[in-house]
Amino acid sequence: MTDAPMFEMRGIAKAFPGVQALSDVSFAARSGEVHALVGENGAGKSTLMRILSGVYKPDAGGMTLDGRPFAPSHPLEARSAGIAVIWQEFSLLPDRTVAENLHLGREPVRGWRLDRRAMREGARAALAVFGEGHGIAPELPVRDLSVAQQQMVEIARALAYGARVLVMDEPTAALDEAECERLFTVVDGLRARGTAVVYITHRMGEIARLATRVTVLKDGRVSAALSHVPPAGEVIAAMVGRDLGQFFPPPAAPGEIGPPVLSVRHAGNAQLRGISFDLRAGEITGFAGIQGAGRTALAMALFGVDPFTVGEVTLSGVFARFASPREAVRAGLVLLPGHRKAQGLMLMQSVRDNGLVSPRAFAPLAGNPSRPPAVDTTGIEELFRALDLRAGDLDAPVRTLSGGNQQKVIVARWLAMTPRVLVFVEPTRGIDVNAKASIYTIMRDLARRGSAVMVVSSDLPEVMGVSDRILVMREGRLVGETARGASEAEVMALATGHAEEVAV
Amino acid sequence: MTDAALPRPRRLSRLLRVNPIWLVLLILIGAIVALNPDFTEPQGYMNFLRRAAPLCILAAGQVFVLTSGGFDLSVGSTITLTVVGASMLLYNNEAATWWVILAMLGAGGVIGLVNGLVVALLRVPSLIATLGTMITVSGIGLMWSGGAPRGYLTDGFRAAGRFMWRDVPVIGLLPAALLVLIGGGAVLWWLMHGTNYGRLLHAVGDNPEAARLAGVPVARVRVLAFVVSSLSAVVAGILLGGFSGVSLDVGTGYELQAITAAVLGGTQLLGGRGAVGAALGGALTLTAIFTLLNFLGLPQPVREVVQGLILISAVALAVCRRDA
Amino acid sequence: MTSLPSPRRRLRIGPGTILLAALAVYVIAILWSGNTQFLRPGNILGMLTRAVALGITAVGQTIVILCASIDLSVAALISASAVLASVVMGGSTTMIVPAILAVLLLGMVVGLVNGLVITRLRVNPLIATLGMAMVIQGILSAVVSNFAGEVPRSFRSFDSGTVLGLPVSLIFLGLVAAGASAILNWTRFGSNIYAVGGNIDAARLAGIRTDRVIIAAHLLCSLCASVTGLYLAARLGSGAPWIGRDGMYDLESIAVAVIGGTVLAGGRGGIWGTMAGVAIFAMIDSLFNVLGVDAFAKQVLRGGIIVAAVAAYAIGSRRLVA
Repeated sequence: MTDAPMFEMRGIAKAFPGVQALSDVSFAARSGEVHALVGENGAGKSTLMRILSGVYKPDAGGMTLDGRPFAPSHPLEARSAGIAVIWQEFSLLPDRTVAENLHLGREPVRGWRLDRRAMREGARAALAVFGEGHGIAPELPVRDLSVAQQQMVEIARALAYGARVLVMDEPTAALDEAECERLFTVVDGLRARGTAVVYITHRMGEIARLATRVTVLKDGRVSAALSHVPPAGEVIAAMVGRDLGQFFPPPAAPGEIGPPVLSVRHAGNAQLRGISFDLRAGEITGFAGIQGAGRTALAMALFGVDPFTVGEVTLSGVFARFASPREAVRAGLVLLPGHRKAQGLMLMQSVRDNGLVSPRAFAPLAGNPSRPPAVDTTGIEELFRALDLRAGDLDAPVRTLSGGNQQKVIVARWLAMTPRVLVFVEPTRGIDVNAKASIYTIMRDLARRGSAVMVVSSDLPEVMGVSDRILVMREGRLVGETARGASEAEVMALATGHAEEVAV
Repeated sequence: MTDAALPRPRRLSRLLRVNPIWLVLLILIGAIVALNPDFTEPQGYMNFLRRAAPLCILAAGQVFVLTSGGFDLSVGSTITLTVVGASMLLYNNEAATWWVILAMLGAGGVIGLVNGLVVALLRVPSLIATLGTMITVSGIGLMWSGGAPRGYLTDGFRAAGRFMWRDVPVIGLLPAALLVLIGGGAVLWWLMHGTNYGRLLHAVGDNPEAARLAGVPVARVRVLAFVVSSLSAVVAGILLGGFSGVSLDVGTGYELQAITAAVLGGTQLLGGRGAVGAALGGALTLTAIFTLLNFLGLPQPVREVVQGLILISAVALAVCRRDA
Repeated sequence: MTSLPSPRRRLRIGPGTILLAALAVYVIAILWSGNTQFLRPGNILGMLTRAVALGITAVGQTIVILCASIDLSVAALISASAVLASVVMGGSTTMIVPAILAVLLLGMVVGLVNGLVITRLRVNPLIATLGMAMVIQGILSAVVSNFAGEVPRSFRSFDSGTVLGLPVSLIFLGLVAAGASAILNWTRFGSNIYAVGGNIDAARLAGIRTDRVIIAAHLLCSLCASVTGLYLAARLGSGAPWIGRDGMYDLESIAVAVIGGTVLAGGRGGIWGTMAGVAIFAMIDSLFNVLGVDAFAKQVLRGGIIVAAVAAYAIGSRRLVA
């Protein structure tokens, strides 16, 4: 390990419409070290790494690589300079083989022909960093690999491209215990090779296990830069920077929780088995579990997107095994989807039209789109106001709003339908801290007014902070229930099925 | 901040955002008048409007499918089927006019329904589905007429496209086709811009997945768009029947003209944005261009070349404008 | 994270399955109708030979679809190429080579313009190639209105000649398909085509010049279409401005590619699937002849069959995606 940093970012600032994503951020990593980058969703970690990898240009500040100025104008430039990022969304071609993916864009040729044998051997050599038993055959199409294996292919490809700086964006989010352990070994190996690793994570246990340095981002600023790994509590304090009690609204008082509204008994489909639980009026019920445990699948099953094929679901005592979202909405169960842009918004349409889409969907087709009684436009404006939506012009396309305000548009859409059950999937993904707090407050207000609220999130502190009760899922089943105030370790132990998992 | 703030600059920017197609149309009409002063006479411009009417209706219908995110390539053969089928059914029997028109509208509805169901439920890309319908429908026209249409269209049937009231106060002449255009255009405009359906259609074309999760009956909305397009093709066919003879290629090429006109008017391909008024402007512009080419003495096939170039440049310009 | 592997392998309708099903239907229908002479090798070869034009066009179409583009100008280009070939040849053997060169040049220009309009002007490929089709068809109709020119007898052996008992045209189709398949499977360019169609951003990140790949794919597609024009000129003895449109090569080349398992969204599929699709279409045609379906009814059935075949696929692949 040398003292000079391999890369250094100084005084980086970056703004997007409606949000200052980064201000005066400095960050560096040396050869052979693992630098943990932590912070809440929306703290600016991904933006910082997108600047490092040439996707965005910073508004202010500069970078150096090996002591020389470095200002990549394109991701390709950063990549050929030796910077590689393993995003959570992989950039592999699912229909191509491992060998083809590993050599994408620089296949070995003999004459005019691809040298398939060299590709296979190159793939084996590239995968050799993982030692024996990774089970990845070069001839397999990538779609047949597990998520962990796909991630290994991404890492192998980055190394094969000569990456000296490797950024890993929450690499363990979708991995089980054994796969995590294998990944840690891989990271140890990278460190030994002299790679500078930037490791983005939420999990304190991983920081203790892997990192040599920690930088904490909060609201786009560095709130702590530590050359050692401090106790977890210190990192969390730097991440949140305020009393958790202030950040999350207070829980439901005992008298506020009413009778069950939605009851699920022995329900299941291709991804879920033996699901039984109740959602109660006035209560926020959180669903925790590792990626792929079935949390989102459960939400989608309730909402009729991938319906249950067996079991009994009732909403206020009435049959509620919905076959389509439309049936669910009509019956008073609504869902805030996890991918705001892909599933939630009509980006070209106005803020107002996005808010009114559901009321219109249940009004007569030939009705006037902006006059009561069919559609109540003043009503939606009141809802926007009540939710403190910040929009300059309600007739402007919804894509011009910030993420938090976009989320409020979807909430307003649903409130106009006066739902009895609200399902929130990843409600604060990619929105800033203040917007998060106001979304939490909105959720609590909804519960207080008698709705049953269900929260599904991969952000465990969020689930724990906002819920009155937490149900834990693993491998498509409900495996346990904890009350508010349980520790993250307890929940993770249930979620992974290993009592000794991650400690906070 | 609410939308009540700052009303004046918004009105100004609205004014600046007037669709450039109207400007282009004005310039073209100016050029036509310069070349042919007779155009300012009722005979001149009313004839122009009469000839533009079928394409206007067709383009306004096509906008519905384009806004939903699809294409409807079957309208040309639907026009042909309307003309050929009507001549077969009428069989020179004046009394049959009304029920034949109804029957043709019914046939159009069925064609649209089939298109819509194949696209929305079987998930066949609309391009393939409507090309398939195009082949099938023109095949039906061929089968029905045995390759050579018999009979001719009765005067009653042809009145919609051909008849003109003379000595009308103020405007002098009034073609029936213009009334059909105004009526049809108004209905389509209302459906697109004055109903819940129009807003839902925009939502579906913009993001079908989000629309479905918002409770929108996506399949119903899409199917209806294809039905509207096919019905507008039948109306266009009835108008065309008024001034062209009965042949098996009456409708040939109209599907592309309709798409070109809609795109000229600023309709977004692959869905989410479309305006009926602008499509009417696009159709009038396209007709004006053809008229101009006629006056310049350019042969018929050159029209097709020009149309192709216009189509490409209109889309290229739209891409530039969106990115700017 | 989106790319979770599906937990179970589901039943998947592949091009092979459809080909086998079509073959079974074909054989049963022929046996049922008692016209067993249609199962003789000579008749089978004849049946396949009638699909050569569609086959060559479809090879090119498959390549552009694989990189998530599409070409609706092939029919117009086929007509233009056939007319150009027969006019330049004008019945004289010495003009064969210049005519072929002229036609190939035409194909390259059209492909290049298609590719440039799509990549540089970023015009939707459907519209770009539709516009190109109108331009070609318009120019062609302005110049000729009927069969024009004549190909020399020697050139007609492109269609009628045989080598070792096999029709030259069928061998040629085999070579074109094998060549295209070799390009797709064995060259860096082929690998880039799959990458561009599969995930254009990933391809760009891997340093692939995606614009060049798309342009080259359109170049190949247009070349295939102009070769089809040459073949049809040889077959008909002359070129006419409607032969491409009448053959419905736009729709049918797309349809056989999709039936053969090439996904319209790009990145998945291959030439041999498309050839299976072509064989299926050849069988359908032959079946119509055997059963004596009249020409107009044939057209009605054809449109329906194309849509049904694509629908069968769409339903099959939906299960795969869902």
